[in-house]
Parts: sequence; structure tokens; C-alpha cells
Amino acid sequence: MGTTNNRYSWERYQKQIPDDHFYYARSCIRQNFFPGSEAAFLKIMQEELGLDVLDDAKHTSCTGIGYHADIVPLETIMTVVARQFSLMTEAGYENLVSSCITSFGIYTEILAMWHHFPDLEEKIHKHLKKATGRDFVKPKNVIHTSDLVFHFRDRIAAKAKYKLYDVINERPLNVVEHIGCHYSKIFPTNGIGGAEFPYVLAGMIESWGGKVIDYPERRHCCGFGFRNYLVQANRGSSIANSKLKFESMAPYKPDFIVANCPGCSMFLDKWQYTLAEMEGVTYGPDHKAIPVLTYEEMAGLVLGYDPWDLGLQLHQVDAEPLLQKMGIEYDYTKKYLGKNGKYIGSPKPCNCF
Amino acid sequence: MGKYFDCLKEDVRFQEGLSACMNCGVCTAVCPAAEFYNYDPRQIVDTVQSGDDKKIEDLLSGEQIWYCGECMSCKPRCPRGNTPGYIIQSLRTLSQKTGLFVKSEKGRQQLAIKRTVGQNILDLGYCIHPTRIDPEKHPEQGPVWEWINSRPKDVFDRFGDSYDSGNPGAMRRIDDQSLAEIRQIFDETGGTEFFELIEKYSAEAAARMGMTEFVDGQERASEEYADMVFTVNNGTHSL
Repeated sequence: MGTTNNRYSWERYQKQIPDDHFYYARSCIRQNFFPGSEAAFLKIMQEELGLDVLDDAKHTSCTGIGYHADIVPLETIMTVVARQFSLMTEAGYENLVSSCITSFGIYTEILAMWHHFPDLEEKIHKHLKKATGRDFVKPKNVIHTSDLVFHFRDRIAAKAKYKLYDVINERPLNVVEHIGCHYSKIFPTNGIGGAEFPYVLAGMIESWGGKVIDYPERRHCCGFGFRNYLVQANRGSSIANSKLKFESMAPYKPDFIVANCPGCSMFLDKWQYTLAEMEGVTYGPDHKAIPVLTYEEMAGLVLGYDPWDLGLQLHQVDAEPLLQKMGIEYDYTKKYLGKNGKYIGSPKPCNCF
Repeated sequence: MGKYFDCLKEDVRFQEGLSACMNCGVCTAVCPAAEFYNYDPRQIVDTVQSGDDKKIEDLLSGEQIWYCGECMSCKPRCPRGNTPGYIIQSLRTLSQKTGLFVKSEKGRQQLAIKRTVGQNILDLGYCIHPTRIDPEKHPEQGPVWEWINSRPKDVFDRFGDSYDSGNPGAMRRIDDQSLAEIRQIFDETGGTEFFELIEKYSAEAAARMGMTEFVDGQERASEEYADMVFTVNNGTHSL
């Protein structure tokens, strides 16, 4: 019987991430629910780290939600993706960085299918040319935005104003990290750490002073399931899977949850509200919910950005208990101010937690 | 082997998704849909690889193929390199091409998805948009979403000057040329035809229930039918 060379086996899951020059593809869900996260990502990359990241107004949705809800045919999404590659080529870039986990999965999947079925790639070239007059070159690298934040986590740590540390109780914060399924379950070697031990968020948490929680349902899907959420009649399946995760993580007393998928971040936030409304159940201490952050928000807080510029007021679960634990100075009176300091109203109070 | 099996074999996802299943059941063990639905991907793969057209027709007409959430948790775990999620995608495509999807409650929901997500893509270039997530149809989104939905421009303007503008940034308005290209891609690649098929078969099903309406001289499934498929759950799907 041979022995496993652990060092060698992990080499398969080390991802090559380029150091500069990226074409940025936005996410439907992230920009819809977390516009501050996308702004923070660009600010960190462009202003803090001085990188060249192009935010192009001409790219559209990849149509991935429609594809995974089975209304958009394979050749249609392939040609839409080919158009994104064409825009990237036209702008002079070779590295595509996707903000969306599902888009990231789709880009990697389509490139793999074209590798296995070269005739199909040729057909898509013809489709795109006939439909739009465009040509495209495939990207040299397709990465997710969380890969980039992971790649530069130590440079971010060097600029940190706050740590993932409870300054009141003097201990590292307990953090649940949730990896979107389409980050590394479709192609494990395309995600840092693979499908079983993805390290992309854990690496950030450890670099910024937090403690990663391991819990039984750590790798379980958040439950989104595309049609299982999009259609009201199916949402029981979606929320039941999130509930399974909350029940599994609660005994480990997480201070917050962080996810690299925009959908997961939104559902793990909103389903806690729904469960509190429906069943009166909460999963954090003192009948509170567990705050949920995007990794851009987590990085932004570490760097000392204003929580309301990051968009934490758009979450259903209040993040202020977390801000207080971290010792972050913030002004509550600015929470509901819009552009130029104008008051823009506020949500009805939530009395369920 | 028969016509349905032959159609499935033409789908590259089917070719990538099925090599040889040994029925170990790891896919079912790890599947989030199987956790709560009366759903067993192992059985579906076993049925499909039998090549029995009658059994495949039953799958295409039934509820089970619509339970999968396409999370692809099954893909890295299968010891034989199968991907039940890909097989499901090919079955769902065939179910819609043949019109068999309207025979199941879960299949009929495709019309609601086409009229929401599908319409959003063609109208706006996005799958979702703040103005199209109606708090009444999304009570789970809570009071914060209700507030955002009531004044999206005010909320989004704090994060940049992009909302409904031509500037790059969150929820920018997709320019006319880009939208035209997306619609041309749908026309060229069969996306538009597929949408029309969903409408056609749904109209036939709706007509049998007396739930059609005329739009631009064409009979189609009414909004009442679309609302029905969006909300109805007969309670027999879960374990």
C-alpha cells in the first residue's frame, strides 16, 4: 500500500492568481442586495492596492440564474458568456474576475466544455459573430473576487485598522465561513483548497485575527437552489436547508457568518428574519440573530471603512452588535443618510429579534 | 433504447454527466434537495442509464426532476465521475422541448420563471432588479427590502452614481446597443424559441383549465395561471 504525500496532494488545490490587470464582471445578486460590497471591492483593489481593475458598463448578466433555473438554453448562455469575453478582449484584458459565484462556476464550466467539445466552441464563435458581429478570445485566467481578496490578504492585514477580535471579552471572533457551492464543487481544482477544504475565506479570517469555526454542516448548501427560491411555492426547501445550517452552527456561538457567494450572503441574512417571524427562533446569543457579512464588508471593516458606506444598513440582521465587539467607531445617526447627507427614510422596525 | 434516450445523448451535459453509475448512493447522501424532498438522484440516474424510454417519459412528465437545486454538491463526490445535476439539466431541457413539463405541478412553474427572470434578462439585461422584486411576492425579504424597494435610487446613490445611469457601477442601466446584442443572441441561439415553447405549452395547459387571455391577438396562459403556478404547492413533495 502506498502512502499519501500530503504536500503533493494539496498542490492540486493551489490556484495561480495573477497579480494585476483584471476585467471585472459584476453580479446580479451582489449589486442588487450589496451595492456597497462591489464599491468596496473596487476601492480596495484600485485605491488601497493600486491595481488595474476595469469596471465596464457594457457587460450584462451572464444569465446564470435563468440557466440554472432551466429557462435559458446552454448555447444561449455560452454565447452571452462569449460576448463578455469579447468585451474583455476589446478592452485589452486577459484576466476575468467575477463577483458572482454562479457566474464564476459558469465561466469555468463553459471553458471546460469547450475543451472537451471543440466543435461546440466553434459553433459559439459563429453564433456570436452572426448575432453581434463580435469575435472573442478566451481569458487566460478566470478567478473569483474572493480569490483576489485572499491573494492580497496580507497586504490588507498590513493596512488594518481593526482586527476580527472581540475587544470587550479579549478573544478572537468566532467566524462561520460559508463557501458558495459553485465556487469549488463544480471544479474543485479551480477553488483555493478544493471542494472539501476550501481555504479562500478561512485564509482571510486567520490573517485578520479571527478564529474559524468548524461545524457539522459546514459544507452544506445554503439552500438557494435557484427554482427552489425563485418560485414562492418552493421556498420551504430553500429555508429548510438554511435552517439545517443554523442549527448546526449555533452551538459553536459564532460572532458572525461570512460568505463568498452573494446569494448565500443574502439568504443566510433573510432566512434568519423569516425563521424568527415564523417560529420565533433565533440562533445568536440573547435572542439575537447572527450577523452575516460579505467578504468585501469584512475586509472593509478591517480597513476601517464606514459601516454605512459598506452598506450594512441594507442587511436585515443588525450588524451593530458585531461593530461594538470589534470596537469600531461608527455614527448611528448616519445610518439612513443618502447621497449628500440627505435623510432617505428608514425600514419599519423588526421586532422579531 | 428509444427516442427520449437518444435525445438526451445529444446534450453535452448528459454526455459529461453520465458515464456508468454503480448505484452507491453518495449523490443522494450529500444532496440538499434529497434532505427534504421526496427525491433520490441515485434512482434517477439508474432509471436514465437503463435507457428505458417509458421510464424516462415518466421522469419527464413527473415531479422528481424539478426538485434538484443545481448546487452540484453531487459532482465532486461521485466515485465514478458522474454528475446527476448535469443529467437533471438535460432531462429538464427535454421535458420543456417535448411539452411534458406541464404534466407536473413543479414543471408548470417554468412559466413563472420565464415571465420573471426571463423577462428581466430581455428587458433589462439583468436576472434580477430592485424594481422587480415585489415585497408582496417576497415577504421573506423583510422590512429592509421593503424600504429599499420603495426608494431604490435614494438607497443606491449612497454607493455611487450608477443606479439607472450609463455610468459603470451597481445597477447601471444597460445601454441600448448591449441590450440589442443580448436579444440578438437569444434569437440566434434558440433562447427566444425556447421561451416561446414554454409559453406555447403553458397556454395549452392553461386552456384546459379555462385560464387563458389574449395579448396582441395571441392566446396565452393568463396572469392568473402564472400566479397559480408560482404559489400552488399540493403538499405531497416533501418527505
